[in-house]
Amino acid sequence: MSVIDHPLTTAPSGASFVTKILRFRELAIVVAILLVFVVTYFKNSSFASTASIQQMLSGPSIIMLLAVGETLVIITRNVDLSVGSVLGLSAYLVGDLFVHFPGMPVPLALLMGLLIGLVCGVVNGVIVAYARVPALVVTLGMLYIIRGVDALVVNGVQIQPSAIPQSFVNLGAGAILGIPYLFVIAVVVVVIVGYVMRTFRPARDLYAIGSNPDAAVLAGVRVQRRVLSAFAISGALAGLGGALWLAEFATVASTAGTGYELDVVAAVVVGGVAIFGGSGTVLGAGLGALLLNTIDQALVAARVSSFWNQAVAGALLLVAIAFDRYVSVRAEKILRVEGARHGDD
Amino acid sequence: MATTELTALPMVHEEPRTLNSVLRSAIRWESGLVVLFVISLIYGSTVSGYFFSGETFFFAGLNFGEIAIMALPMTLIIITGEIDLSVASMLGLSASILGYLFMHGWNIWLAMAVCLAVGVLGGALNGLLVTKLGLPSIAVTIGTLTLYRGIALIVLGSNTAVGFPASFTKISLPIGSTHIAYDFAIFVVLAVIFGVVLHMTSVGRSIYAIGLQSETAYFSGIRVKRIKFLLYVLSGFLCAFAGILYTFQQASSASDTGLGLELNVVAIALFGGVSIFGGRGTIFGVVLSVAIFASLQSSLTAINVSAQAQSIVTGCLLLVSVLIPNAREGVVRVRAQLRRRSKASL
Repeated sequence: MSVIDHPLTTAPSGASFVTKILRFRELAIVVAILLVFVVTYFKNSSFASTASIQQMLSGPSIIMLLAVGETLVIITRNVDLSVGSVLGLSAYLVGDLFVHFPGMPVPLALLMGLLIGLVCGVVNGVIVAYARVPALVVTLGMLYIIRGVDALVVNGVQIQPSAIPQSFVNLGAGAILGIPYLFVIAVVVVVIVGYVMRTFRPARDLYAIGSNPDAAVLAGVRVQRRVLSAFAISGALAGLGGALWLAEFATVASTAGTGYELDVVAAVVVGGVAIFGGSGTVLGAGLGALLLNTIDQALVAARVSSFWNQAVAGALLLVAIAFDRYVSVRAEKILRVEGARHGDD
Repeated sequence: MATTELTALPMVHEEPRTLNSVLRSAIRWESGLVVLFVISLIYGSTVSGYFFSGETFFFAGLNFGEIAIMALPMTLIIITGEIDLSVASMLGLSASILGYLFMHGWNIWLAMAVCLAVGVLGGALNGLLVTKLGLPSIAVTIGTLTLYRGIALIVLGSNTAVGFPASFTKISLPIGSTHIAYDFAIFVVLAVIFGVVLHMTSVGRSIYAIGLQSETAYFSGIRVKRIKFLLYVLSGFLCAFAGILYTFQQASSASDTGLGLELNVVAIALFGGVSIFGGRGTIFGVVLSVAIFASLQSSLTAINVSAQAQSIVTGCLLLVSVLIPNAREGVVRVRAQLRRRSKASL
């Protein structure tokens, strides 16, 4: 409740402290990933085999893509719960396109997935931004609607692997220089969106909106347009994720991607993005997805019963949230002290 | 002196909302729900000749009982401005523990008591993280959603527990010679209790006050944190109870019992007119919401619409439930603007 107006300009020393903390956050996830890796390696040396590492990289790739879009939405103090359904619909429709046009080139298939997702995202964004209704309710509604439409379209007829051209399946299974294509795509998206989010004004507006929506309006930020774009990008990336899902599994039923929304939000939160908006990075979210998946596989490799995966992931999520709270409380305290000192001068 | 401070506090950019105006707008939403319920009944009777039968009523009650029971504490939690996404995982955890203990020869009553205790503990963990550490409830309960489902997996693994005593599994049948399902009857009793507490006691008014302006409520002497904490405990307890009911009803339990139901529960509460921002909603609205969902599901199932395709209806209802009140506010705003303009031109 106590959303105190954030100071519009922070003292430079305070700002650098906050950025340090944020950098520290991503570093902390990298360290955690390495730690999990090393500990598991000593228990089971096959954990470092090429196949295992490739699996470690390709496994979380699709979640990483969705997490990037989700990050943009959450930074604006909204949430997109429809990503799992968008992924499922896009995966099926792209598969259906292959059934009807077997010769469709791979880039076109990816583009179609992206466009299908974009349409869903724009619908979300228009309702949230222009009808001014809570994103949680809208995207929960869209989760059901899109999944239902998916079920009607699928109508019990799954996409069979035989309908998917080999070149497209290679995209899901293949690798370049030992690195899975899926991971390359995810990293490219993380890097591009991450760069944009650091550099360009419209992207910085998203942070302004999430930190203080009222102040953003007063500062002349086009809030509605920016929120719409965030949802559009989230939808587009979920759609691209759907096309890649098809490439990875080559078969799609109407349940594809069910429940992904909460996995994605979990990855984003573990990655240090504040659930009430205004802070967090795309890189952190991507690393969050990577960490959760690495732990999954580490448990398997350490021959801990796979039944433990979820409990560990849940506990980790709670720790991450508590840690974020601790850091933000500390940062606020330090900012206050700094502010007081500057006031004395 | 003290009163001036109190009235000065809620000076946020919101319009002043008195309890009275909140009730009035809520009542209007509920009359809409009554109309919709009647329409859904008429629709049901046109698509199926068996719609107004005891069997339809029984199966609707059987299918929606647990979700409806979980929707009651969810309603109170959302009215305080928080959310609990771990409800379905708690149901699954309770079902798994019951199955595990029963398979290991425990007395069934003792096993049930353990389940309820776990429900209280799980709810208390949610409550502590939200109130003591001040963490956002949506993030916390996504975490415990994963955690509790994970513990259920550890407890029961891929096993399915069966063989519960017939004296318990008979709750999958109607009560006596009526057409009332056990879980539905329990829901009705609980709904009455919740309705009385929420709308007729000071605790209930405190819950609204917390949701409208938690700081004002705090300065008015309401124990904001304690009430939120107790609501999470209550939610954990009732979800564990729902897990026991579900297990006996299905005569089996597995670790994925109730997977994904949390969003259905939230959808029912929100469609019942509970505002996601807190401070608004009634038990009557939620009961109507359950009735509408149950009635629509019965008629859509009668015309062979798959469960997944039915979710389109769920989604549309949710969107409508937020768009209509907003459209009304928009009309009011535009009208006020026009009035101001015509005054200015005079």
